[in-house]
Amino acid sequence: MANIPQKVVHKYLRHNKKFPHVWCPGCSNGTTLGSIIRAIAELNYDRDGITMVSGIGCSSRMPVYVDFNTLHTLHGRALPFATGIKMQKPEQKVIVITGDGDATAIGGNHFIHACRRNIDITTIVLNNNIYGMTGGQYSPTTPTGDRATTSPYGNIDPVFDICELAMAAGATFVARTTAFHALETQDIIKKALEHKGFSVVEVVSACPVIYGRLNKKGGGPEMMMHMRDNSVPLKATEKMTPEQLEGKIVRGIFKQVNKLEYCDAYANLMSQFNVKEEAKK
Amino acid sequence: MAKEKKEKVVENMETEVVAEDTRKVVLMQGNEAVARGALAAGLDFYAGYPITPSTEIAEILSEELPKKGGKFIQMEDEIASICAIIGASLAGAKAMTATSGPGFSLMQEGIGFAKATETPCVVVDVQRGGVSTGLPTKPSQGDIMQSKWGSHGDNPAIVLYPHTVKECYELAIRAINLSEKYRTCVTLLLDEVLGHMREAVKLPDISNVRIVNRLRPTVPPEWYKHYDENQKYISPVASYGEGYRFHVTGLAHDALGFPTNKASEVAAQMKRLKRKITHNIRDLVQIESYMMEDATVAIFAVGICARSAKAAIKAAREYGIKVGLLRPITIWPFPDDAVKKMLRDVDTIIVPELNEGQLINELHRLTKDKADGKIIPIQRSDGEMITPTHIFRVIKEAH
Ligand SMILES: Cc1ncc(C[n+]2csc(CCOP(=O)(O)OP(=O)(O)O)c2C)c(N)n1
Ligand code: SF4
Ligand SMILES: [Mg+2]
Repeated sequence: MANIPQKVVHKYLRHNKKFPHVWCPGCSNGTTLGSIIRAIAELNYDRDGITMVSGIGCSSRMPVYVDFNTLHTLHGRALPFATGIKMQKPEQKVIVITGDGDATAIGGNHFIHACRRNIDITTIVLNNNIYGMTGGQYSPTTPTGDRATTSPYGNIDPVFDICELAMAAGATFVARTTAFHALETQDIIKKALEHKGFSVVEVVSACPVIYGRLNKKGGGPEMMMHMRDNSVPLKATEKMTPEQLEGKIVRGIFKQVNKLEYCDAYANLMSQFNVKEEAKK
Repeated sequence: MAKEKKEKVVENMETEVVAEDTRKVVLMQGNEAVARGALAAGLDFYAGYPITPSTEIAEILSEELPKKGGKFIQMEDEIASICAIIGASLAGAKAMTATSGPGFSLMQEGIGFAKATETPCVVVDVQRGGVSTGLPTKPSQGDIMQSKWGSHGDNPAIVLYPHTVKECYELAIRAINLSEKYRTCVTLLLDEVLGHMREAVKLPDISNVRIVNRLRPTVPPEWYKHYDENQKYISPVASYGEGYRFHVTGLAHDALGFPTNKASEVAAQMKRLKRKITHNIRDLVQIESYMMEDATVAIFAVGICARSAKAAIKAAREYGIKVGLLRPITIWPFPDDAVKKMLRDVDTIIVPELNEGQLINELHRLTKDKADGKIIPIQRSDGEMITPTHIFRVIKEAH
């Protein structure tokens, strides 16, 4: 990994405009923003060539802080907005920032269809197992039995595994990491950005102020330690028994395959008509 | 406000088609005319989800757009469709979707987003009978109010309503032009029968079609404001990927586009959204005044009901009844001044509409004499048309 000085983030932030940010003390969203920016810096992408799109939620507040083309949309709808942008300007690097509720509850339909199309968008799901922004209701990834403001007796819902969902729906790059593993996150996001096709990176995240408090998980640092102590790299799972794997967060790249990308497929379709993408207007 | 000046509204009959080419007479369906009109206006991007009776628009554009380098995508639902066209528009495309009542309901949150963020786009709603799944293949004018109030909050509405296949073509062009000019989501409302009806139309040569493109910024990126308060309600707009790196959010926002809770900045946004409509009424409102010069009885109708009304008027005129038609072509903003004039000028107004009374409420809003029988409703919401004979009978009774 190249040695990028910390200050690099400033080049990509609207730091003189939009700070302080909205996130609570101890929230891991800022850590992940750092990983994303350093991945982009390593790839040396031009800021004008990046469009960052988000839905609604604490995590989805991210785009306002970065100095790219940015779009903060509707709850659950970041992917269809991003699809429109990508189709119209395939040369843009399109990154979607979304939460567990945003991506897999209200936006679940858009999520599976974006996976299926294999459109070249990198989707980063900040999974904090809760609806943070609205004050802590259970989401499709709140562990069964856990407390939320709408599950005061413990959540009875089974959970989604975001990575399995993405793989089954056809995403061609699927990975999981945690906010604690900031450098690993940076590296995985870099690979996801370089991947041609629909890439999903689930970043297990900490919402200490709501999820942590309701479920007695401690503050920000304790939740980060939990990610460190209760996660295992994919490679290590080969030698582990199902009992040993119980309750563990598995980190790593689960799927990386090459398949025809959606905008390329559309370009192929258009090629029979001999049209020039003339500079319009 | 100067009355004379405002009443000039009535004269705004300018069309987007400068000259017709009489050699090009074709038999065409309303839905096809909408698709062809949109293409003539420079449509770059279409996203949609199939629904009767609008589907032909998607089918035609899926065939035509790739031929000219445009983009077509069938999304997973109507919510995704409206979001995709907004995204494409932010990337610089002239973008459109088409649907019917149930899909139009699903799009409402996105329509509000387009209006709040002042992103040009067009939504075509080929109305079917409602409530709910209703009557997919039958006509209705049930979305007149949805097209104005469907999205939450106070949002500006520009809604156009054709009554012939030819007008479908012209108003599709005008819808795209107005969306570009006013940086907003414009709705085109069709009646099911019009969408599916075939008529002979004379298509203009493309060179005779007036095309409007959104204003582009001329300032360097450091100076760019996505919502420039120094411009009169509509400011130039950059696209993603052109070096401007602006922010767009559905949250209340300041001139740069960043979220704000500051009352003065929120008020500035709300004022801009409202004023760009209210200060441009003369440009936006179009009406047709048919045989109204000497009329003592007026029919007030839109779309297909206006067609029936015209036939009834011709018949009634043969009996010497002085009857005319006032037909809004732009239904939102509502043609208040023309309607007030009509309310002053005639003794009786007949309002045929394929719903349980939507347009008529606007007339009631503009007059105090509700009870004296001056305004006569003809309403149907059983999927059948209001026939010329029916209107003729009511004209004779009223006379
Ligand atoms: C249509 C709609 N429904 C509901 C909401 C309210 N809402 C805002 S954020 C949110 C949940 C966000 O949860 P998640 O996506 O997990 O993001 P987080 O805040 O946890 O990062 C909800 C329900 C909304 N803004 N829009
Ligand atoms: S509520 Fe939770 S997710 Fe939201 S900013 Fe606070 S700690 Fe972070
Ligand atoms: Mg969440």
